[in-house]
Amino acid sequence: MKINTSAVAGTLESSDVYVKVEPCETLEIEIESVVYNQFAEQIEATIKAVLAELGVESGKVSVNDKGAIDCVIQARVETAVKRAGGEK
Amino acid sequence: MRRSMLFIPGNTPNLLMNGDVLGSDSIILDLEDAVSPAEKDAARILVRNALKHLHYKGCEIIVRINPIETDFWQKDLDEVIPLCPGMIMPTKVSCANDVKVVSDYIAEVEARHGIEKNTVKLIPLIETAMGVENAFNIASADERVAAIFLGGEDLTADLRCKRTKEGNEIFYARCRMVNAARAAGVDVYDTPFTDVDDIDGLYKDAQFAKSLGFTGKASISPRHVEGINEVFSPTQADIDYAHEVMETIRIAKEQGKGVVSLRGKMIDAPIVTRAMQVIEMEKAIFGGVEDDE
Amino acid sequence: MSKLVNSIKEAVQKVGLKDGMTISFHHHMRNGDFVLNMVLEAIAELGYKDLTVNASSVFDVHEPIIGHVKNGVVTGIECNYMGGKVGKAICEGLMEKPVIFRTHGGRPSDMEKGTSHIDVAFIAAPTADDMGNCTGKYGKSACGSMGYAFADAMNADKVVVITDNLVPHPLVDFSISEIYVDYVVEVDQIGNPAGIVSGTTKITRDPVGLKMADYAAKVIEASGLLKDGFSFQTGAGGATLATAKYVQDIMLAKGIKGSYGMGGITKYMVEMLNNGCFQALLDVQCFDLDAVQSIRENPKHMEVTATHYAGVSGKSAAVDNLDVVLLGATQVDLDFGVNVHTDSNGYIMGGSGGHSDTAAGAKLTMIIAPLIRARLPLVVEKCLCTSTPGSTVDVVVTQRGIAVNTKYGKNQELKEALKKAKLPVVEIEDLKRMAEEIAGTPKPVQLTDKVVAHVMYRDGTLLDTIKAVK
Repeated sequence: MKINTSAVAGTLESSDVYVKVEPCETLEIEIESVVYNQFAEQIEATIKAVLAELGVESGKVSVNDKGAIDCVIQARVETAVKRAGGEK
Repeated sequence: MRRSMLFIPGNTPNLLMNGDVLGSDSIILDLEDAVSPAEKDAARILVRNALKHLHYKGCEIIVRINPIETDFWQKDLDEVIPLCPGMIMPTKVSCANDVKVVSDYIAEVEARHGIEKNTVKLIPLIETAMGVENAFNIASADERVAAIFLGGEDLTADLRCKRTKEGNEIFYARCRMVNAARAAGVDVYDTPFTDVDDIDGLYKDAQFAKSLGFTGKASISPRHVEGINEVFSPTQADIDYAHEVMETIRIAKEQGKGVVSLRGKMIDAPIVTRAMQVIEMEKAIFGGVEDDE
Repeated sequence: MSKLVNSIKEAVQKVGLKDGMTISFHHHMRNGDFVLNMVLEAIAELGYKDLTVNASSVFDVHEPIIGHVKNGVVTGIECNYMGGKVGKAICEGLMEKPVIFRTHGGRPSDMEKGTSHIDVAFIAAPTADDMGNCTGKYGKSACGSMGYAFADAMNADKVVVITDNLVPHPLVDFSISEIYVDYVVEVDQIGNPAGIVSGTTKITRDPVGLKMADYAAKVIEASGLLKDGFSFQTGAGGATLATAKYVQDIMLAKGIKGSYGMGGITKYMVEMLNNGCFQALLDVQCFDLDAVQSIRENPKHMEVTATHYAGVSGKSAAVDNLDVVLLGATQVDLDFGVNVHTDSNGYIMGGSGGHSDTAAGAKLTMIIAPLIRARLPLVVEKCLCTSTPGSTVDVVVTQRGIAVNTKYGKNQELKEALKKAKLPVVEIEDLKRMAEEIAGTPKPVQLTDKVVAHVMYRDGTLLDTIKAVK
């Protein structure tokens, strides 16, 4: 399924992540993070896993990460996707 | 054992990650007042994930859900009940039926997820004039109810009076709550002291609540936790006396005596019950450390 | 006679500055300093090249130095601390010559031993007379103590005092004497008061910081050092200030009379002095207006030179008698080594300051830091840069546990005492594991082989190097 509208979730506070999802033909993930060098791959894997679980096949997901741990990233991505009406 | 309950805002990752290190016996992950209406969905999912992934070692979890007049409370329960938090705190509970409604829905969610019925307990937040009048009915409304909790801020708004540090305006409610809880055989928790910087005031307020019979006290500031724990812990004298009582009873039993006294005072059933409670608390507070050695 | 000259340029020419020389600055104006930039601008305009800048600290406000490096005016930087803006440029390979980092004690001692030569010292002075007597205690740009500037004044070949508050000779209550000074320049403003001292330093309201402070105070109490004669240093971080507050509460409750408080001084240390917790404050630098007022008015609040504070060239230093010091860290490794020079990406954003000096001197050196900062575990296998050797660190306090360094055959008793006080004593390896359980394991940072900075220990030996970031 697809992301139909844009939505955001999260904040730019330390230990949080700001997630934006937008409609897009393909699946695109854009990561900005204060811990990019240490965790970029893990952040991407986490986002992909949440999208897969929610059945999102296409859409653009951009995150601005302030050092959020995995379960926070998962929560914010899920919230943004659900707000975008992409819920199954 | 639950002396202190600390509120943690449900939509703040940094505090959710550290809720268990702040020294309180329980933490209340708050989906209600600490979360704006537009963020209810985000907080619910965040708290659910925190419960799933963080350990919260040595700390009881209470989730405060939104009032049953809102569209949020069932969704709150849908997300958190599968993770089996220790207790759910329903808000603005004014009558026994408010408890029933929440309890029945929890039962539904428990059943849906194969969780044994009554796993999750309730600590209704009583914060209306009607709620105070119905305190006993609320405390005895359902077997899930393990404690009741007085919310002084909303109550004084309902009473149309000013909330003060001295707290004369909630004196009746405090007494009524304690009496109702004890009559129903459940614990009872006092409203937070709201001046974060006034540690002396906190001690006084907590000591007063303890003198009325409260089991413990909630807090909106981590700085109050230590004081609350201290006030609601048995003193060394209490502990020594409790051990003396139990020892006297043991010896009396060995000797086949029926009536026993300690320092000229007859030891009756309430004294024994109290001694056993104190020893239980002693174990809960100090037990873990002794095991290490 | 007067030593007053009309401009910085005139002073530069009169002292006979030449290409290749070393000029020095102190950092009491901190992030409000105008003087370093003003002097470099004048020197650049005069066409000088190949200078080495030895500044006790380089702050973000000194970002224009990057341009002077690119133009060849500055080819060497030596300091005890470097803010993130210049630090990042350095780590991206800005300079040919590696930056030399010293400690607050090592810098003046290297000057006194002759291993660090200063040709011209430029001394920002909040108040001075036209013969060069000067002080930081008075004036619109008052900074309080001028502790770091003494060595520059006493050891440089030529000394220029730059002030925005020129007063008639002789200045009453001077700090640095005219005997060292060649020229005096009056300018409109030596700094921005808002950046020099913060109006107030505040105790953290962050619950996690308060928890750490609570543990730290209890560690100090359990250590047995908190008794009459107690000496103490703390920084200006939110959690360390909170610890000072808690320590004061204990001292007042128990009627303990300490000997001295030291370091960067804040209003909390001033409060402790005024409440009788200390006999004196030894002040090398003021962090807030309360401290500035106190050093001006209270004779028990004494200005000390950096050498007196932490040096190794004197016959003794105040750090040698320190009971407890509270210090921060960006990383701590399994050997208890501490990094305060680089961030977790390897970029310079700090420096030792007095970190390794006080750690070496204090009986109890405590590191206080959150277990995880923006997903990065505090405890790592090996620090990206060792600022303070693990052998001089005793305790690491986090909100989730306290590790005692028993690796060097010491602190066994301390460890037992903390356990007895029911504090959450864990091993340093546990802290690493606990953090990684919550945050995940970070991928190691990739660095190049190019050395961009040398980290010198207080005795002048090389402690570590910092490599350029990929």
